[in-house]
Amino acid sequence: MREIGEHQLEDIALGAGVLGTGGGGDPYIGKLLAQQSVRRYGPVTVVDLDEVPDDALVISSAMMGAPTVMVEKLPRGDEVVRAFERLQHHLGREATHTMSIEIGGLNSVVPFCLATRLGLPVVDADLMGRAFPELQMCIPTIYGIDCAPMAIADDKGNSSVIEAADNRWAERLARSHTIDMGCAALIALYPMAGARLRECTIAGSLTAAEELGRLIRETREGHGDPIAAILERCRGHRLFGGKVTDVDRRTERGFARAHVRIDGLDDDAGRALDLETQNEHLVASVDGQVLASVPDLIVVLDSETGQAITTEELRYGFRVTVAAMPCDARWRTDRGLEIVGPRPFGYDFDYVPIEQLAEALAG
Amino acid sequence: MGDHVHLCHGGHEFDGRAIAPLDRDELRRAAEAIAAAGLRTAAISSVFSPINDELEREAGEIVRETVPDIAISRSAEIGRLGLLERENATIINASLAELAVHITTAFRAALEQMGIDAPVYLSQNDGTLMTAEYVERYPVATFASGPTNSMRGAALLSGESDCAVVDIGGTTADVGMLVGGFPREAKATVEIGGVRTNFRMPDVLPLGIGGGSIVAWQDVPEVGPQSVGYELTSRARVFGGDVLTATDLAVAAGWAQIGDPRAVSELDPGRVDAALQRITARIAEAVDRMKVAAGDVPVVMVGGGSILVGDDVPGASRVVRPDHFAVANAIGAAIAQVGGEIDQMFSIGPNLSREQALERAREQAAERARAAGATPDSIRIVDVEELALAYVPGNAVRIKVKAVGDLDMRRTPVA
Repeated sequence: MREIGEHQLEDIALGAGVLGTGGGGDPYIGKLLAQQSVRRYGPVTVVDLDEVPDDALVISSAMMGAPTVMVEKLPRGDEVVRAFERLQHHLGREATHTMSIEIGGLNSVVPFCLATRLGLPVVDADLMGRAFPELQMCIPTIYGIDCAPMAIADDKGNSSVIEAADNRWAERLARSHTIDMGCAALIALYPMAGARLRECTIAGSLTAAEELGRLIRETREGHGDPIAAILERCRGHRLFGGKVTDVDRRTERGFARAHVRIDGLDDDAGRALDLETQNEHLVASVDGQVLASVPDLIVVLDSETGQAITTEELRYGFRVTVAAMPCDARWRTDRGLEIVGPRPFGYDFDYVPIEQLAEALAG
Repeated sequence: MGDHVHLCHGGHEFDGRAIAPLDRDELRRAAEAIAAAGLRTAAISSVFSPINDELEREAGEIVRETVPDIAISRSAEIGRLGLLERENATIINASLAELAVHITTAFRAALEQMGIDAPVYLSQNDGTLMTAEYVERYPVATFASGPTNSMRGAALLSGESDCAVVDIGGTTADVGMLVGGFPREAKATVEIGGVRTNFRMPDVLPLGIGGGSIVAWQDVPEVGPQSVGYELTSRARVFGGDVLTATDLAVAAGWAQIGDPRAVSELDPGRVDAALQRITARIAEAVDRMKVAAGDVPVVMVGGGSILVGDDVPGASRVVRPDHFAVANAIGAAIAQVGGEIDQMFSIGPNLSREQALERAREQAAERARAAGATPDSIRIVDVEELALAYVPGNAVRIKVKAVGDLDMRRTPVA
């Protein structure tokens, strides 16, 4: 058990930017909201997974919608409380803890806005270990744990409880609500007993994001190499270094997809890397040979500063280093790959873990 | 600056639906509090006002009814989508309102004293002009108009309209891109004194290389970022000083005839050459970073320090050094053109095709250029940008259009 204040939120947001793998929404606004909340209501207690009692009721809290809308229509701060209370009322029980569904990007810090207001502890864990675009893309789905009943609330005072046939339906129904609510809504979801929590969440991810952020900050302050530091900390593999030469964006089925071409520089001169993204980076390949793919984390970093670059920011001329980091082992199971492997994202190839791909390349 | 914040009902959704109606009584109470606090300037910002600014206008009128003399900055006129950054930009604008009036009054008085009777225009940072009345309302539009003037001047002097412009002064080199004769705008947020803002700024990449840059005379010489700046003419070797500057290297290489070349005749030619090549390589890399697509582009060199760069710049289809290159900045300010722009989200569907949305945006931008004083038949669209929004199945797109025309000298512009 420990306390998280304004300073730690700064580092969490910095680390979450890397773990967002190009998407997940800019943690900047979430960080400001959480920091304001902490200033007003005091610091938040964060507890380890093994400190959560078996009979605890843990409800995750998150923001849902278009990142482009979220930068304009900021949450008031009480929407997430209303969604949460609505779900508690529906369940007929008070939650004992809240937590993040997504450690990558904005949603890493959203639970703090709730926790400060309700005086709840935040569990040091998340449900993805990175960022993914849809609600069913959470580890509990592998274990048959339901996302619903879930609740959704907006800035205008609307709220709704969603019961769904499965987690894909929960995503679909919540998405329709989100659009009606103005493309930005707050949600309370994945109600779970403490006993279930241990097998189907990623333990310690909040602390991991904070440590990653601190490492990046301190490496920069010491004029070290932030990219090397990130790779070492996240067991990452450097895939490619070069210059962005083409960004082809298109909107398909409501998602921002892009194809990015990066021409190699220095050691990689003469080769080009192709990067496929759908909000997050999905596949990195050279001459059709896959170097890394979902669910492993593909990150694009500014070659000079090590700053994570989002999909929207990518444009011609950026000097970038592309790296990949292993995802949580549960995503690599058959069941996990059915949810977040290359095939559910529309690619016709089988997933190979980054460690094996890197070894094959080195050999 | 105090902490005078009033949060009131209102705002719009991304597709233009109202979030909540304006509460006029609530706004009146806020205006009374503003009056009671003795404030002379106010910033008004509403959610999604770049799409629909009605509420900001109404709120402004209500505040003015209660506090007649107040200077009002409305966010839709200052920044873009991105509430926080736009709000910051609006607050900066509001804070500068009084200073702007002070400065334009002083300009007018100076012109009067000199016996000049002519309309007064100031250059703004998109390469167009604005009236003194306009700058009093939008002082932030002057930010970074210096590099913009240089770029516009470079366009006129060189005859190039789509190219990179390298403006090298005494301390820094500014690299920018001209698109259709106008400086390309910065896409991302711009930090001003550590505050995130999103008002319009030219996309300029500054490098610490200038005529006064101090040279570290080692095996592989390094140039800058320290500079003797304005003291070049007393501290550089060719001017009898004891500091080795970038200008000394250009003189040693025979690229420029400035000061006394004997003062640098002892320098090792190989090392001089290596240092100058390094400067050119760094400029070339900056130009490459600023490109939006592969392929060589023309590079126009302006500013007194442009003597530091050779004619062989990798990535340049040609290097253009126009006549009067040292005064490109003043020339840029003297080109009389005015513009209008629009940045809005459109919901594409059965009632509105993409083409109709683009057409609507073009018309509105042209209308704004007309309102700013452009001759109608001279107005042309210089920039169209489209961005699809993630996570919105309804195909919402954000469209940005900029129109520019020649200033109608016979007509008093509507600011």
